[in-house]
Amino acid sequence: MMHSKRKDRHRWRKFKSALVSFGTFAAAVSVIAPLGLVFFHLLVNGASSVNWDFFTQLPKPVGSPGGGMVNAIVGSLELLVLASVVGIPIGVLGGVYLAEYGSARGNSMLRFLADVLNGVPSITWGVVVYGLVVLRFKGFSAYAGGLALGIIMVPLILRTTEEVILLVPNGYREASLALGIARWKTIVHVVMKTASKGIITGILLALARIGGETAPLLFTAFGNRFWNHDLSQPVAALPLQIFTYAIAPYDDWHRQAWAGALVLVIGIFCVNVLVRILTRERARTTA
Amino acid sequence: MTNLSMSTSDPIVLETRERGTETVPDTEEVPLTFRIKNLSIWYGEKRAINDVTLDISANAVTSIIGPSGCGKSTLLRSLNRMHELVPGTRIEGAVLLLGENLYALDVDPATVRRRVGMVFQKSNPFPTMSIGENVTIGLRLNGVRDQKFLNERLEKSLRMAALWDEVKDDLHKPGTSLSGGQQQRLCIARALAVEPEVILMDEPCSALDPIATAKIEELIHDLKAQYTIVIVTHNMQQAGRVSDYTAFLYLGRLVEFGPTTKIFTNPSDPQTEDYITGRFG
Amino acid sequence: MTIAAPMPVSERSASARMTPPSRFGDKAFEWLTLGMALVVILMIFLIGWQLTRGSSLAIQKFGLRFLTTSTWDPVAEEFGALPFIYGTLVSSLIALLIAVPLSIATAIYLTELAPLWIRQPIVSLIEMLAAIPSVILGLWGIFVMIPWLRNYPFPLLKKLFGWTPFFTGPILGPSMLAGGIIIAIMILPIITSVSREILRSVPNLQREAAYALGATRWEVTRIAVLSYALKGLFGAVILGLGRALGETLAVTMVIGNTPQIAASLFKPGYTLASVIANEFTEATTEIYLQALVEIGLVLFGVTIAVNLLAQLLLRTMTTTSTTRAVQ
Repeated sequence: MMHSKRKDRHRWRKFKSALVSFGTFAAAVSVIAPLGLVFFHLLVNGASSVNWDFFTQLPKPVGSPGGGMVNAIVGSLELLVLASVVGIPIGVLGGVYLAEYGSARGNSMLRFLADVLNGVPSITWGVVVYGLVVLRFKGFSAYAGGLALGIIMVPLILRTTEEVILLVPNGYREASLALGIARWKTIVHVVMKTASKGIITGILLALARIGGETAPLLFTAFGNRFWNHDLSQPVAALPLQIFTYAIAPYDDWHRQAWAGALVLVIGIFCVNVLVRILTRERARTTA
Repeated sequence: MTNLSMSTSDPIVLETRERGTETVPDTEEVPLTFRIKNLSIWYGEKRAINDVTLDISANAVTSIIGPSGCGKSTLLRSLNRMHELVPGTRIEGAVLLLGENLYALDVDPATVRRRVGMVFQKSNPFPTMSIGENVTIGLRLNGVRDQKFLNERLEKSLRMAALWDEVKDDLHKPGTSLSGGQQQRLCIARALAVEPEVILMDEPCSALDPIATAKIEELIHDLKAQYTIVIVTHNMQQAGRVSDYTAFLYLGRLVEFGPTTKIFTNPSDPQTEDYITGRFG
Repeated sequence: MTIAAPMPVSERSASARMTPPSRFGDKAFEWLTLGMALVVILMIFLIGWQLTRGSSLAIQKFGLRFLTTSTWDPVAEEFGALPFIYGTLVSSLIALLIAVPLSIATAIYLTELAPLWIRQPIVSLIEMLAAIPSVILGLWGIFVMIPWLRNYPFPLLKKLFGWTPFFTGPILGPSMLAGGIIIAIMILPIITSVSREILRSVPNLQREAAYALGATRWEVTRIAVLSYALKGLFGAVILGLGRALGETLAVTMVIGNTPQIAASLFKPGYTLASVIANEFTEATTEIYLQALVEIGLVLFGVTIAVNLLAQLLLRTMTTTSTTRAVQ
């Protein structure tokens, strides 16, 4: 009597467990689903519009169909370069400091601040740089946009750099110092060199992140319908162009927005795949 | 006190005894490289080295033995100021290298380390560099640009480390592509390249198989003609095989020091005898 | 007792060729890297300073009623941020209600219940979702999600729950609910990956002990893992909230951008971030611009507070970097 009651309870517990397994699996599927849906619609709506025109032509005047986004693509690349000038040196060297020097408490505080900064909405930086640069120099510019994006990169790269440098085994530092090599040369030529792949992947991930950012550019780089080779003037950027076209009333612009979105996503995914390849190689060589 | 309980048929003991017929001069008569005077080292509150006075002879191998935690590594590292890498160390006393105090205020540790090289327990060739680059890194990062000179030193160092013939066609290959024993010899070549006067070795064979170990011990024997060698080892048989002088350290104090044959066959201090015969370890 | 003679200089040719060591390089490098690390502190001050300076007029003029008034009238130069605070909070709340159960369930699935071979592919897919920029999700939101919502789920909700104040009124498409849903999609990855790190940091000993007592998989999860990880999971949720509060582009594109406070989720709304994005470049007067900067200040204050809380909670559980988890 008792025996079968216990068996029943056991069966019920197992059933509950299977139910939960299925339920959480369903949750996982629903988390991934938007990815599939977005990709699907990007392809369906955008693939046909990603053509030679898209990559070579400037936007046509308002209302006329056709044209492309070449200036936005180039503009985005220009902004990435400007951002890198700010973000990479500060982020990498700051990360080196946290990994190699400093006190436990001080570094812990800096790490904490960096993590908190990573959560600040990117539009906030747009407002800050607007006040710092756009107002002061009385105009939107690629410099302003690059600065805003570069600032966003700093805490990201700082943390990833610090992490990979901490992973470098101490034996290498000791061996280098024991040869009479100065500490700073040890850090730069031995430690950072050993960690170089990790540092680079951290930079790539940060670039992929800011490459898709729109909000901080809305009132710094501002966007531009024409070519602009003067970095102190407003510049077009791919995410900005997508946004402008998406909310406009013209169907043709919507079509182009999809194309731009597809190109942007593919660019970002290529960087992510590259990072994956680099990290897998690293795992293999250390194994 | 010769009642050591090692059997006379033990080949290692025989070896020691055979070498005992070589005259190892007393330290009174031989040129010295290091004079360690009343050295004490603290890690924070803990006193790791307690008032050690010791003379290291030139062109000889001195081994430092003792149980785990007795301060062997600390003492070794104090000879090239590597113990300072741990924050919070304090030192009292002096270490004189060829008459100059390594711990004088105006001495840059980097200068010391160029003259006193070190080989570590776990071989650590730099992973992003080739064999050739590993050997010359000390010279290059210390400012040597002359490519011809670098190539000369590269070959010379690898020959001295008995590695040249094995790698001379593979100098571009990564340093990590060698076997364990070869990697350790590569590290020795790397240390030799900057032309130190002393080579410190911190348990250099403990991660190696017996054949690789034998090669390195042979190498040590060859190197002492040109260098002063100080080796830390927890393997007493190795100390017996390799060294001319032995220092026995226990809990940070120098218990006994003298020619290896004397330490192993006729130690003066009962603690030494207990350690040698394995009563504690 | 003699001191050994040093090797004659001609034999020590390497030393002659090496540059003498100097402590200058070490000190300079340390100062350089320290300066770069301190930029982080500079950044925080920079935001605070710029935002307060840029909104001083508005702060003076409106004071605390900025946070409690609902009028947003650029013509009459009367600015109250309440509709936006309401919009931000409500859309974020909706997002959390949708995302948190799904994310944590997914995290549990990935760390405790899923077969090993399936874990990495799912993790990679979630990382890909995280990499999609906000503007692209917004684009999809306008042209795919909203029409679909308008045709199927919204009318269904209205039919089922139209008697409550939340699902009344005309269905236009762009709405508070649409905003909440799109934010949910954006914060799913971060809550999932941070929760995963938290769950993974639970020592295996806990699980093994529960298994040894004969517990089923779910019971092991519930008893040994979840109770241990509760604080950290809560931190993950708060981190997601921080992300939700600051979400700008995707929300702007689907929420309708009407400054009003309404109970019905079908009505359009407006968030703090959205009003800045939409109106900043259109602000014609100084007070208008400063009011928008003040909104930025409010947004900054709220997100900093939420993120501080999240980081504190997460640090009690694990020392894993949330930067790595987010990427």
